[in-house]
Amino acid sequence: MDQAKSMMDQKGSSGPCCANGLHKAFRSQLSNGGSHSPSGGSHDGYHHLHHDPQTNGSPAKRCRLRRRLDSLRKNRPPFPWFGMDIGGTLVKLVYFEPKDITAEEEQEEVENLKSIRRYLTSNTAYGKTGVRDVHLELRNLSICGRTGTLHFIRFPTAAMHRFIQMGRDKNFSSLHTMLCATGGGAYKFESDFRTMADLELLKLDELDCLIHGLLYVDSVGFNGHPECYYFENPSDTQHCVKRPCSLDNPFPMLLVNIGSGVSILAVYSKDNYKRVTGTSLGGGTFLGLCCLLTGCETFEEALEMASKGDSTNVDKLVRDIYGGDYQRFGLQGSAVASSFGHMMSKEKRDTISKEDLARATLVTITNNIGSIARMCAVNEKIERVVFVGNFLRINTVSTKLLAYAMDFWSKGQLRALFLEHEGYFGAVGAFMELLKSSEEP
Amino acid sequence: MATPGGTDRASHSLDKSITLPPDEIFRNLENAKRFAIDIGGSLTKLAYYSTVQHKVAKVRSFDHTAKGDGEPLYEISVQEEITARLHFIKFENTYIETCLDFIKDHLVNTETKVIKATGGGAHKFKDLIEKKLKLKVDKEDEMTCLIKGCNFVLRNIPHEAFVYAKHADSEFRFQNTHPDIFPYLLVNIGSGVSIVKVESEDKYERIGGSSIGGGTFWGLGALLTKTKRFDELLQLASKGQHTNVDMLVKDIYGGAYGSLGLTGDLIASSFGKSATADKEFSKEDMAKSLLHMISNDIGQLACLYARLHNLTRVYFGGFFIRGHPVTMHTITYSINFFTKGEVQALFLRHEGYLGAIGAFLKGAEEDNPNQYSWGENYAGSSGLMSVSPDLNPMQRARSGTFDMLEMDRLERQLVNLPLLQDPSSYIPDTVDLTEDALAREYWLYCFEEALDGVVKRAVASQRDQPEAAERAEKFRQKYRHKLQTLRHQPFAYGSLTVRSLLDTREHCLNEFNFPDPYSKIKQRENDMALKYYQKVVKSLEELSWDQRQFALVRGLLAGNVFDWGAKAVSDVLESDPEFGFEQAKHQLQDNSGMDIILGVFPFVRELLIRGTEVVLASNSGPALNDVTNSELQIVTERIAAMDPVIQAAVKEDRLTLVQSGSSSPCLDLSRLDKVLATVVRERSTDLVVIEGMGRAIHTNYYAMLSCESLKLAVIKNSWLAERLGGKIFSVVFKYEVPSKTQGQY
Repeated sequence: MDQAKSMMDQKGSSGPCCANGLHKAFRSQLSNGGSHSPSGGSHDGYHHLHHDPQTNGSPAKRCRLRRRLDSLRKNRPPFPWFGMDIGGTLVKLVYFEPKDITAEEEQEEVENLKSIRRYLTSNTAYGKTGVRDVHLELRNLSICGRTGTLHFIRFPTAAMHRFIQMGRDKNFSSLHTMLCATGGGAYKFESDFRTMADLELLKLDELDCLIHGLLYVDSVGFNGHPECYYFENPSDTQHCVKRPCSLDNPFPMLLVNIGSGVSILAVYSKDNYKRVTGTSLGGGTFLGLCCLLTGCETFEEALEMASKGDSTNVDKLVRDIYGGDYQRFGLQGSAVASSFGHMMSKEKRDTISKEDLARATLVTITNNIGSIARMCAVNEKIERVVFVGNFLRINTVSTKLLAYAMDFWSKGQLRALFLEHEGYFGAVGAFMELLKSSEEP
Repeated sequence: MATPGGTDRASHSLDKSITLPPDEIFRNLENAKRFAIDIGGSLTKLAYYSTVQHKVAKVRSFDHTAKGDGEPLYEISVQEEITARLHFIKFENTYIETCLDFIKDHLVNTETKVIKATGGGAHKFKDLIEKKLKLKVDKEDEMTCLIKGCNFVLRNIPHEAFVYAKHADSEFRFQNTHPDIFPYLLVNIGSGVSIVKVESEDKYERIGGSSIGGGTFWGLGALLTKTKRFDELLQLASKGQHTNVDMLVKDIYGGAYGSLGLTGDLIASSFGKSATADKEFSKEDMAKSLLHMISNDIGQLACLYARLHNLTRVYFGGFFIRGHPVTMHTITYSINFFTKGEVQALFLRHEGYLGAIGAFLKGAEEDNPNQYSWGENYAGSSGLMSVSPDLNPMQRARSGTFDMLEMDRLERQLVNLPLLQDPSSYIPDTVDLTEDALAREYWLYCFEEALDGVVKRAVASQRDQPEAAERAEKFRQKYRHKLQTLRHQPFAYGSLTVRSLLDTREHCLNEFNFPDPYSKIKQRENDMALKYYQKVVKSLEELSWDQRQFALVRGLLAGNVFDWGAKAVSDVLESDPEFGFEQAKHQLQDNSGMDIILGVFPFVRELLIRGTEVVLASNSGPALNDVTNSELQIVTERIAAMDPVIQAAVKEDRLTLVQSGSSSPCLDLSRLDKVLATVVRERSTDLVVIEGMGRAIHTNYYAMLSCESLKLAVIKNSWLAERLGGKIFSVVFKYEVPSKTQGQY
């Protein structure tokens, strides 16, 4: 985000423009509009935020004020529109770029709002670690009467403080946008946002956001294509192919969200779900172990190595123990009997490649998630298992393995489904919350 | 053996110096047969069946018609008896060659042709075994053996299963053997994990498993920490801080995730903090994190399977568990977390032997081992040893050597007393010395103090045998060593109780061929008491009904004073041979002599007169000076000869003598002779009288029966008396009527 910082520097200082009263109006509409605030408590800071003696400024300012009022009359929040999901490892940010900006509107647009838009949309990388997933952007989206593109951006949670600093340096609070945030970081960094950048977060429950975001993206589709896909012939590596599908009738579904850790939800309707269980063996475990075992530094690196490795050099298979299948219990010889089991022997440890270790780590974590998800599906009597989360990003090894595991161990009873926007649903859900007031009549 | 490339070779030859003399380990090899071997990754378990010849004291009635006054009532002869015993020995794989050599040299029995083998290492040593022992290796399925072994120990060894509680006063909380051991879930954590549902002896199914198991801990742990040995990894883990490596909920949320009820200290992502290149992590921390990760994962899967199959009894085994407190703790924690305390993780004392036991049972099917009841022999078994990574040096040294389990075939099948109100919650023992440190201290001291006397008595009982003194000395050493072990590891044989201390002593005495040190004393006392019998009965008959009832009870209790097991009494008896029944009465079970003849029989007689049928149960084997069934047969005969009431009752089957199945001064009502249980059921018994300190105080004091019961004893121990709020020689007379609600519902 270092670059973001410098970008923000360019836009010059523009004073706060929003009147106290105006802001209140927007707030109250939000509340009246039935928006829920599961996390509560985030409202109390609102008043001190926007003390601005210059209620009536220059004509341009008054004009902007009018537009803002106009925007509010149409039940939509002022730009910029963000949704943020601050996870254990990654921050996911969705940003709506209006494409229908009129010349008049553009003229009136405050400088720092404009610069944010330009900065975000003209770059695909931000600082050393921020990335915009261009291939995921959703174009021609109509939201609250505006048309535009939804952008998907991510950066490591470790860069969160630099991000907040940037917000302070550039006086982000003057834009008076609602900052809707979910994920654990919404709680962890709340006071940092407040004290460092004078920003109040609207904290949202991450599982609510996840489900709402997922259902929304699925409903609008992926630029004319289905958001959802599955693997045909998952048990046959030769003929296993990715196929789009629709989530038309998604309930009930078992939703497996693989981030740093894993949460497993049984979802019965948009607002009726329960967290069945979770496991601490997730994406963070894969990356953490890979870093320790291979000295790699990034998820991409780890996956790259894994794609070249062979886990059977690391894992002990059933046939390594029984010479073949373990027929008494119907176990195939090729099944993994003991993950990292070969590594009990010093000779094998001394000759193993990093790639093999990375692959074994990936396979171990993936199979374990598959196994727990399958048990939950059986216990909850749900046949549709939807896997999401950034662990699955650029990770066909895992998606195919999960598809195979669901199919094979359930004898075809369970189907694994995947979504193109893997890890962004929480952020989309937070973004939806920002717009929620406009949905009401 | 100076072959090249051989640091391994060198260490191998070093291994030949076994630290224990093998003849103390592989016992009774002369008659051994039906060998089975279970070779794991590092330990070998050998099983065989053998017969033990040892002395038993037999009593035989004289022909009474020609009996003069000075002759004893019956004759005591020491005879040789052969009993069956199962031997299980555990040793490190490095000793395997040495052990096989030893067995080969001592194996006399040639009818054995095959050895049953199981375990992952069985194929590796197949040739060696076949070459050394000249036996054909016959492989048996590992899981089948494991389950067979598990069923066997659950059925035959009380206190086999336990719950582990790291921070409790006693780490091991032993479970009562449930009358029905099925169904249960067995989670075997070897290099991988197998989850097996067991529904009956022959019906079981592998319902699931996981590749993340002990091998993952070992393999991944070795990679991460460069530590080779499994034990060392555990040791590292026990010193580490997983929070340095794991990402916790509070690392993400800053605190708890309240709406989901996830506390801040919960692990959100195992190794979540190690995804960085610019930080070093300590071996200890990584090992700890790995241990948590694997234990939690296994616990979670076990819970999911338990829930799916609606099972609440979940046993954990395999080398990952094998007595390691660290892993037992993390698994327990995990199970508790994922089931919200609804399911307890259960562990087994003889977990390491299951495969060997199972393989043995497969090979011994024609002997029908499952038709008998078996009992753990405390003298020949090592008991549970904690292999804690931070264990004291004494234990550490032990764990590297040998471990033994011996089980005796009991002459009869043991079952529950049908009158137990709730067999599944019945606990025989009154005080659990594993939990009660103060009581433990006291009783261990007590038994040690009494040891000299027991040794003396043992020698005296075999004056005709010159080596008796030497054997008695060996007994002393063995029992003292047992007491010392129990001081450090009170959980070695399940819950430590006064009963187990007494039983251990009996087992040790038997071990050194002192089958019945009190036989002569009992004989003398019986003789003396018989002379008084008619006088006592006559004086009782002269009393009014009220007075007589009182006198009968006094008589019962007075007789109970003659207890060689109680130190306070044995001191008096030793010092004052004239100490008599009258004196006992003034001072105020079924000890022999005074107790049975002058206390119990008049009481029985009174019951018979009022029309009550009486079943008189007594020990099957000798224990202290308690009367045995065979002695009681003769005594009854003699009394019947002089008392028409008893005679008629015996004749009309209103007085029945039955063995209890026990050879202990205490009584476990869940392990009684099947015949006794049948008689109790057939006669619709509605009153149970339990007499004596061992049977009514040390055990069964709190036992709830479904009929009326009377528990009576004299407290012949001042410490215990004080504990119960009385004085030495206080009387317990506990009459209980079962609560109606219990009976109805």
